[in-house]
Amino acid sequence: MTKTFRLDGREIPFKEGQTIIEAAAAAGVYIPHLCHHPEFKPHGSCKLCTVNIGGRLGAACTNHAAEGMAVESETEALNADRRALTQMLFVEGNHFCPSCEKSGNCQLQAVAYHLGMMTPHFPHFYPARDIDASHPDVLLERNRCILCELCVRASRDADGKNVFGIGGRGIRARLIVNSASGRLAETNMSVTDRAAEVCPTGAIIRKRHGFTVPIGQRLYDHHDIATQLPLPARRGEGRGEG
Amino acid sequence: MPDYDVCDLPGIVARWGNDPANLVQILRNVQESCGTIPSDTLDRLARLLDVPRVRIEATASFYSFFHAESHGAYEILFSDNVIDRMAGKAELKQYLCERLWLEPRKLSEDGLVFVDDTADIGLADQAPAMLINGFAVPSLDKSRIDLVAELIRARKPLAEWPPMLFEIPDNIRKAGPLAGEPFTPGSALKAALARGAEATLAEVDASNLRGRGGAGFKTATKWASCRKAEGEAHYVVCNADEGEPGTFKDRVLLNSYADLVFEGMAVCARVIGARQGFLYLRGEYRNLLEKLEGVLARRRAAGLLGKNILGEPGFDFDIEIHLGAGAYICGEESALIESLEGKPGKPRNRPPYPDTCGYRNQPTVVNNVETFACAARIAERGGAGFAALGTPQSAGSKLISVSGDCRRPGIYEVPFGVSVRQILIDCGAEDAHAVQVSGPSGTCISFREFDRRIAFEDLPTAGAFMVFSRSRDMFEVARNFTHFFAHESCGFCTPCRVGTSLLRNTMDKLAAGKGSAYDMNEMKHIMHILRGMAHCGLGHTAANPVVQTMEKFPDAYEKRLKRLDFEPAFDLDGALATARLITGRDDEWAHLADD
Amino acid sequence: MTKLKVATCSLAGCFGCHMSLLDIDEKLFDLVQAVEFDRSPITDIKHCGPCDIGIVEGGVCNAENVHVLKEFRRNCRILVAIGACAITGGIPAMRNNVDLWDCFQEVYHYGIGLENGQIPNDPELPLPFDKVHPINEVVRIDYFLPGCPPPADAIWKFLTDLAAGREPKLDYDMLHYD
Ligand SMILES: Cc1cc2nc3c(=O)[nH]c(=O)nc-3n(C[C@H](O)[C@H](O)[C@H](O)COP(=O)(O)O)c2cc1C
Ligand code: SF4
Ligand code: SF4
Ligand code: SF4
Ligand code: FES
Repeated sequence: MTKTFRLDGREIPFKEGQTIIEAAAAAGVYIPHLCHHPEFKPHGSCKLCTVNIGGRLGAACTNHAAEGMAVESETEALNADRRALTQMLFVEGNHFCPSCEKSGNCQLQAVAYHLGMMTPHFPHFYPARDIDASHPDVLLERNRCILCELCVRASRDADGKNVFGIGGRGIRARLIVNSASGRLAETNMSVTDRAAEVCPTGAIIRKRHGFTVPIGQRLYDHHDIATQLPLPARRGEGRGEG
Repeated sequence: MPDYDVCDLPGIVARWGNDPANLVQILRNVQESCGTIPSDTLDRLARLLDVPRVRIEATASFYSFFHAESHGAYEILFSDNVIDRMAGKAELKQYLCERLWLEPRKLSEDGLVFVDDTADIGLADQAPAMLINGFAVPSLDKSRIDLVAELIRARKPLAEWPPMLFEIPDNIRKAGPLAGEPFTPGSALKAALARGAEATLAEVDASNLRGRGGAGFKTATKWASCRKAEGEAHYVVCNADEGEPGTFKDRVLLNSYADLVFEGMAVCARVIGARQGFLYLRGEYRNLLEKLEGVLARRRAAGLLGKNILGEPGFDFDIEIHLGAGAYICGEESALIESLEGKPGKPRNRPPYPDTCGYRNQPTVVNNVETFACAARIAERGGAGFAALGTPQSAGSKLISVSGDCRRPGIYEVPFGVSVRQILIDCGAEDAHAVQVSGPSGTCISFREFDRRIAFEDLPTAGAFMVFSRSRDMFEVARNFTHFFAHESCGFCTPCRVGTSLLRNTMDKLAAGKGSAYDMNEMKHIMHILRGMAHCGLGHTAANPVVQTMEKFPDAYEKRLKRLDFEPAFDLDGALATARLITGRDDEWAHLADD
Repeated sequence: MTKLKVATCSLAGCFGCHMSLLDIDEKLFDLVQAVEFDRSPITDIKHCGPCDIGIVEGGVCNAENVHVLKEFRRNCRILVAIGACAITGGIPAMRNNVDLWDCFQEVYHYGIGLENGQIPNDPELPLPFDKVHPINEVVRIDYFLPGCPPPADAIWKFLTDLAAGREPKLDYDMLHYD
C-alpha cells in the first residue's frame, strides 16, 4: 500500500525518503520555492517553501514526508509570510526588472507575481555589488543574486567543477568564484555547464542571448509559475535565454 | 615588534594532519603567525590541501577574526556588549585612539595599530574589556589604557607585556555542589568504569540532568540515542563557544574546573563508545589554550586520557582543542560541527540531529561545558543527589553569570528554582529595573517580574544575567542587541539575513529620532517572520529584545517617536549633503527641513 | 454622481506611465466622465488641491521631488505609486551604485560635446540625492501598481476598482514588473 500524507486536506502519496515538496510536485501540487531544484541536493535557505507541518513551521524542501502527516501550504497567512520573504529578497539586492535579461523567465519575479507582490515594501538596501563580465560567454550580475546556491550545487555536483561558492556572512554574504583574481574568466566555467543555466534569477546570464524572446511569449508572461508543473519537466526554465 | 614574516604554511598544514577538515584551525594558525590571511595564501592552501580555492575563501571570509588586509602589529578589539558600553567602553576606546593618533577601523599611518569593536568577549563581569592580538585584557580603565598605549608606542612584543594585564579572576561569588567542592581527577571515571556504561547512563538519567547550553534537552536521552546510533565512529564535542553576550560561566569552568569538564567528556565517551573528543573553544578564550593543553597533557600522563584509560583495555579516548574565530553562530551545535569540519559555521538542516549524524556525519554528542561538568559530578556521586537539588523539572544547580548594575558581578551557583529577586539581593543590585536573562536571545524581564524563577519551566537560561538599573535606557539595550544579531547572522536563510539588518536599521532610525508608529509595526512584522521562518535559533530569537522591551518598556520607545503616522526611511536632508558639497550650495532649496 | 478628483505627477520617471494612462484609448472618455483631473501633466495645473486619488509616477531623486510628493500626500486621500520607478526606484536608481561626484563629472565635465563645463550652483535647479528612492520610502503609500509601464488595461482596472470603492485586483496578465 502506498503511504500518504495530507496537504491542504488532499491525500498525497509519497515514497519513503521523499521530501514534502517532491511528493507534492509529483502529485501536481505547487508549493512556492526558489532554492529547491528537483535535481539537486535540498538546501533550505530561501524559506519560501515554508509550510505548516502539524502545527510547526518547516521548509517543505528539507522536511521529509511522513505517513499521516498533516501539512498546510496554501493559507492566507503562509502566503503573506512568503510574500514578505520575496520582498526581502528584492530589497536586499538590486532588481531592476525592466532592464534585466531574465525578466519574464525569472523565477524570483514569477514567484512574486504568484504571490501578488505589488511592492518590495521594505526599505531598499541598494547594495554595491560587482558585475563580472570577464568571461567570454557568461555574465555574473551579482546585484540579482539571491544566494540560493543552486549554481554552487550544480557546479560541484553536476559539473564536478566547484566554480562557485558563497563568501562572507550575514547581509554581506556574496557569490564568489574559484579564482585568485575573483574573476569568472579565470575559472574553468563553461557556458555548457549546468551551473550556467540553473540560476533562478538573472544573476548568471548567457551572453548574447538576452531579450531574444519577445515580451508576451516569455515563460511567465501569461502562465503562473504554479501551473508550470510537474517539476522534472521544467528543466529548460532556468536557462538564461531571456 | 613581533616578526610577522614567519608563516610556515606547509608546517602549519602538516601539524593539522593535512586535513581540510581542520581548515579553521589552519587559518587560525596562519592568522596568528602572519597577522593576516592574504589572497595568495588561499591559493597555496588550496594546493596544499587539494581543495578548491573557493571553499577556502568561503571559510576564510566567514569568520570575523580572519582578514586579508593587515591589522598591523597590534590589533585591538573592544568588546561591544551593552555592559561594556555601560562601563565606559566608548570613552575608553576614543581615549586610546586619541593617545595613539588613529581612527577606529583604520590601520594607523605607521601600519602599527588597528582598533575596532568585536562582539561580547565573555568578560561582562570585568567590563569593559578588549582583545589584543586575540588575548583578553579585562577591567579597562584610563590607567590601563595609558599602559597599553605606552607599550604599543614602545613597540614591545606582546610576550613582554606585564602579565597582570592579562590576569582574569574567576569572581566566583557563590559556589555550590558543582564549583564549591573539591574534585579528584579520575574519581568520576573510576566510578563510571566500576559501574559500567549502561549503569552510568542510568545514573545520568536518574539525575534528570538537562543541557546547560540553553535549550535544556535531557542529557541522558541524547547520550542514549547516540549510544544506540550506528556509525564508523562516535564523537564527543564540548561546546565552549559561549558566545551569548553576558555569559562567562564556561570561561570560569574551563579556567578552574577543566578536569571536571574533561572528565565529563570522558564519561560520555565511555557511555557512547567514542574514541575522539573535541573542545570547541571560542576564539575569544585564546588565552586559556595553553593552560587547557597543559591539563590535557597532565591527564594523559595520569592515564585519564589516551589509550587504555585507567588501565581499562580498549578504553581509548582523547580530546583535541579547536578554537573558534569570531562567530556566535558556531555555538549552535550543527554550525559548530560545520566549523569543526573546516567550513563556514552555517547550521545544517535538521533532522538528522548530531546524535545520529554529527561530526563527519557520524553519531556525535554535543553538550555544553557545564553539562559535562555536571555529568562528571553525577558519575562521581550518583544521580539521586543531583536530582534532589532544584525543582522537579530542573534538577541540580546552575551557574549564573551576573553582570551590569550590581556591586558584586561574577559567578553565582544557585539551585534551580531560585527567584530573580534572590540573585539580585545576592549580587547587590538594589536599584535593578530590568534583567536580561540568558542574553539577547533570552528573556528581558522588568522589575514587576522579579519573583519569576530561574528554571526551565519559567525562565530557562544558559547563564547570562545582565542587570540594568533605573538609569539605563532599555531602548539602547535592545538596539545594542539588534546590532549583535545583524552582525552574527550567518546569512544562510532569507528571513534572518535580511530581517536582522532591517531590524537594526529600524532601531537606528528610531535612535536618530526619526521613527514613527509605522516603524514599530514594521518591527513586529519582521519579528513574526523571523520567529516562523528562520532556519535556526539565532533567527528565531533575534527580535526578542526589541519585542520584549517594546512591551515592557513602551516609554523608552514612545519618547523616540517623532510622529505617529510615518517618517521617511532615510534622512532626507542628509541625503542631500553630498550634492551640497559638490555644488557649493547652501540655499533654502538645497535643504529639506523637517515638517 | 460627484466626480472623483484625481491628480497625477511624474517625479524621477520618464512619463511612460502617463503615456500608458493615455493608452486606455476610448476608455479615456469613460474615465473623464467619472473623474476630474486636478494637478496633472494633462491639465497643467501646477499645484495639487484636495483630491480623492493621487497617482505618482517616478521615484524620488531630488529635493523638488520630495516637495511635490509631500504636497500630494497632504492633499490626496488615496495615494497610488504607479510604475517600477515609483515602486523600486527603477531605471533611475541604477545610478545608485555610481558615486554622485562621478555623476556630476560625467554630466557637466566629460559629457559628449561639453567644453569647460561647470557644475551649476543655481538654486532653481533641484538638488539631487545621493541615491534615488522609491516613493514609499518618503511618504506613506496606499496602493502600488507595478509595471514599466503598467499596461493600460491594468491602469484602467485599477482605477475603476478604486473609483467603485473596491479593493483593486489585477489579473495575472496585468501584473508585470517590466
Ligand atoms: C545561535 C545559537 C547559539 C548557541 N550558542 C551556544 C553556546 O555558545 N554554548 C552552548 O553550549 N550552546 C549553545 N547553543 C545551543 C546548542 O545548539 C546546543 O543546544 C547545546 O550545545 C547542547 O548542549 P546542552 O544540551 O548541554 O545544552 C546555541 C544555540 C543557538 C541556536
Ligand atoms: S533577476 Fe528577476 S527579479 Fe531580479 S531584476 Fe531580473 S527579472 Fe527582475
Ligand atoms: S548566482 Fe543564481 S544560482 Fe547562484 S546563488 Fe545567485 S541566484 Fe542562486
Ligand atoms: S536563522 Fe540566521 S543564523 Fe540561523 S541559519 Fe538563518 S541566517 Fe543563519
Ligand atoms: S525552496 Fe525550500 S527553502 Fe528554498
